[in-house]
Amino acid sequence: MTKLLETKLLTIRFGGLCAVDCCDLCIDQGDLYGLIGPNGAGKTTVFNMLTGVYLPSDGTVHFDGKLVNGRNPVKVARLGMSRTFQNIRLFDELSVLENAMTGAHQHSRINLLDSLLRTKRHYREEDRQRDKAYRLLEFMGLEDRAGLPAKALPYGHRRRLEIARALATDPKLLCLDEPAAGMNTGEKAELAALIRRIRDELKVTVLLIEHDMKLVMGICEKIQVLEYGKTIAKGTPVEIQSDPRVIEAYLGGG
Amino acid sequence: MAEVSLTTEVLQYVTNGVAKGSTYALMAVGYTLVYGVLQLINFAHAEVYMLGSYFAWYQAKWAGYLPDSKGARAETVPLYMVALFVAGAMAACALAGMLIERLAYRPLRNAGRLAPLITAIGVSLLLQYGGQVVFGTEPKLFPTFAETVVYDAGGVKIPNTNIYIVVTSLVLMLGLTFFVNKTRPGAAMRACSHDMRTARLMGVNVNATISLTFAIGSALAAVAGVLVAMDQPAITPLMGVRIGLKAFVAAVVGGIGSIPGAALGGLLLGVSESVVSGLWKPVYSEAVAFVFLIVVLLVKPSGILGKSVREKV
Amino acid sequence: MPRTLALLLAGVVACYGLNWFLSEFIEVVYVDYVNLIGLAIILAVGLNVVNGLTGQFSIGHAGFMAVGAFVGAMASILFTYGEIAAGPLAFAGLGSFLFCLLLSGLAAGALGVLVGAPALRLRGDYLAIATLGFGEITRILLTAQDSLGGPTGLKRIPKMPLLPGTETWDGGTSVFWIYLFVFLVVGLAVRLQRSTFGRAMIAIRENELAAETMGVPSARLKVVAFVFGAFFAGIAGALYAHYQHSVRPDDFTSVRSIEVIVMLVLGGLGSVTGAIAGAVVVTLLPQLLRPLEEAMGIDGLSMVVYALLLIVMMVFRPQGIFGQRELSLKLLRGLIPGRRGGKTP
Repeated sequence: MTKLLETKLLTIRFGGLCAVDCCDLCIDQGDLYGLIGPNGAGKTTVFNMLTGVYLPSDGTVHFDGKLVNGRNPVKVARLGMSRTFQNIRLFDELSVLENAMTGAHQHSRINLLDSLLRTKRHYREEDRQRDKAYRLLEFMGLEDRAGLPAKALPYGHRRRLEIARALATDPKLLCLDEPAAGMNTGEKAELAALIRRIRDELKVTVLLIEHDMKLVMGICEKIQVLEYGKTIAKGTPVEIQSDPRVIEAYLGGG
Repeated sequence: MAEVSLTTEVLQYVTNGVAKGSTYALMAVGYTLVYGVLQLINFAHAEVYMLGSYFAWYQAKWAGYLPDSKGARAETVPLYMVALFVAGAMAACALAGMLIERLAYRPLRNAGRLAPLITAIGVSLLLQYGGQVVFGTEPKLFPTFAETVVYDAGGVKIPNTNIYIVVTSLVLMLGLTFFVNKTRPGAAMRACSHDMRTARLMGVNVNATISLTFAIGSALAAVAGVLVAMDQPAITPLMGVRIGLKAFVAAVVGGIGSIPGAALGGLLLGVSESVVSGLWKPVYSEAVAFVFLIVVLLVKPSGILGKSVREKV
Repeated sequence: MPRTLALLLAGVVACYGLNWFLSEFIEVVYVDYVNLIGLAIILAVGLNVVNGLTGQFSIGHAGFMAVGAFVGAMASILFTYGEIAAGPLAFAGLGSFLFCLLLSGLAAGALGVLVGAPALRLRGDYLAIATLGFGEITRILLTAQDSLGGPTGLKRIPKMPLLPGTETWDGGTSVFWIYLFVFLVVGLAVRLQRSTFGRAMIAIRENELAAETMGVPSARLKVVAFVFGAFFAGIAGALYAHYQHSVRPDDFTSVRSIEVIVMLVLGGLGSVTGAIAGAVVVTLLPQLLRPLEEAMGIDGLSMVVYALLLIVMMVFRPQGIFGQRELSLKLLRGLIPGRRGGKTP
């Protein structure tokens, strides 16, 4: 197994507040890794540092053998890290298909003149993006909605479209930020199956932030628990479930 | 003329600039208040300023203080009459400001940011063109409100009009700061500018507060209108365009949404324009505002005294 | 590619035909309106790429136009007469004219890079205000240039070059040249919009952070948008200068920038057809209201009514005439009562 993502002593401070304190993550290729913790534990902040949205105050992020922290989101995406957002961020006015196609933009090899002059390369690129986007929509079960504007999708489908769009970037690592939030039990089960298939069939390593313990315990092989920005436990689902500090954090705090 | 040292010369420009800057500041407050509450660049504010000086002009006309047809000036207007005219212009402009908000902006409160911006431009054009139809395009001579006296402070000449301008502006700005920070309606204004939806849930009458914001801003613009008209005694329906743009720039430079910021921005602009114009070339003084603007925006986009907002991811 | 060449040829022929038709059958006054509309369309469609497509609010478009106008006019004067001096107007040579237009576009485009750069730091209203500042600074600096005529600007700018067969046309060739660029800007804008770059620009408009985390290079695309808009604004400026035969810095105040914004929002921001419709309405409306003004005998009434209509239109249709949609047959069909949606079972 090769290391895909490794953070060392990752820390960020907002003013006096230390939102994430010395977070060490180590994700191997092919992992389905869960990052859990109570509200405000700093999970999303970790994502934001990984993907270049926030600059860490301290520590390092190595991704695929390269030092990543300090790079902007565009460069991080090019290295092969993609993500979804807790508060869904779709391109509302674009169609479902076009949303997914946007994910494929970064790998386009054509320049502006190709598109303005409508060269063969332009048409080839459009076909490539459309095919890729359509395949991923199929994978996520959205192919019937391809022509709709994204804003017309119901909530659960919006979450799935965000995942399809992220997959269209050809990521090595997919970071999902609470993908099951607001879903009912049936939808959650479907989503869990999909996430597993993303790892197994598309061979994409997945890092998952989730509130829903059942979902995480059900699909993740490795889990790390954050509380107040600090890692309080790391291990397999069984180990986590019996860890007294985790039980304390989830039940003791109320 | 006697030899004037460079220091005296610069001081002279600075004092002139302070007077000019005070009027910018009075105007800037109007932009800042409205932007703070509605995130709207109220383009029509400049025309409210223009209306202010016309309202005062008409009062002076009815009271018989205008120059006669031969161009000879009538007697100077006594101070209590000036106060009366200013108060009248303030009231009329406050009403105009509220009316503009009610008719042109309120129907679009939930229509995004662009549509109100375009209506604001529409109102501004309407008042410019309407002003040309109603008041006529030719400049109107403003009556002398006070005997001009020029004081000499160690070579620096300070006309009494400048003193009136600065003192009036200072008093109004302090009054406004007190009002916004220490009174209930002021607190409502602050609440609305912080978060309108929550303010409404907490029982603040949002519509009334927005009306009040427009009334206050417009009344201050009216004062600025009268003060400037007094200083350079010709008024035209297009007089607001230039100063409006600059006052808005002053508000942004100082930090939009902040009253002390508006004052600071106004003074900074007034002084630097006056200095550049005096020491260099008057043409360049026109550009000063915008150079300031871009430098400040690039260094600290929220303005000198503005608070920066961080987007939640 | 071959299709592009064929389209271009068809465009040239169509513009030539339009020019011939107008110069033969239409009064010169009306041809003037047609030309002003054409210039407005070039400005509006170009700015739509910045404001509508990419969502970067810019109100400094007149600055680019000014740079293009002065660069093109000065170059054209030097090419045609060799110096600035009084005398009768001459026709510009075809080659030098095209070169001047290109020069104008490039100069304005270069300024677009300069203005687009702050767009990487500034957002929303702050960007808008900064671009307004850029526009004003450009105008003021031009005013201060004595070599470019100072506040009175440049005069005796050559006429647009004649084409084969147009020697006897009264109206000249202005319609041809202006509409050739209308054709170009519209065609390129539509192609841009319907490409991976256009989608990426819309993504930036819709959600910049999400676009960046998908690897969309927002900084570069924003600059591309600014350069596109600026390039065509520069050409519009040069065309305007050659059309009017004189330019002053005050032709390009912020009022003109704002006018272009009004066109976009009125037509429906983000839609090319909307931009065109807005350009037509804003240019024509004051002219159409002239008869009313004359009938009532009140000077300036047409502008008052124009301003009123602008307010009323925005209050009742804040999304603009077309919204973000493009005018298409489908849309027209949807407008016919009884066939809403246009879907058959």
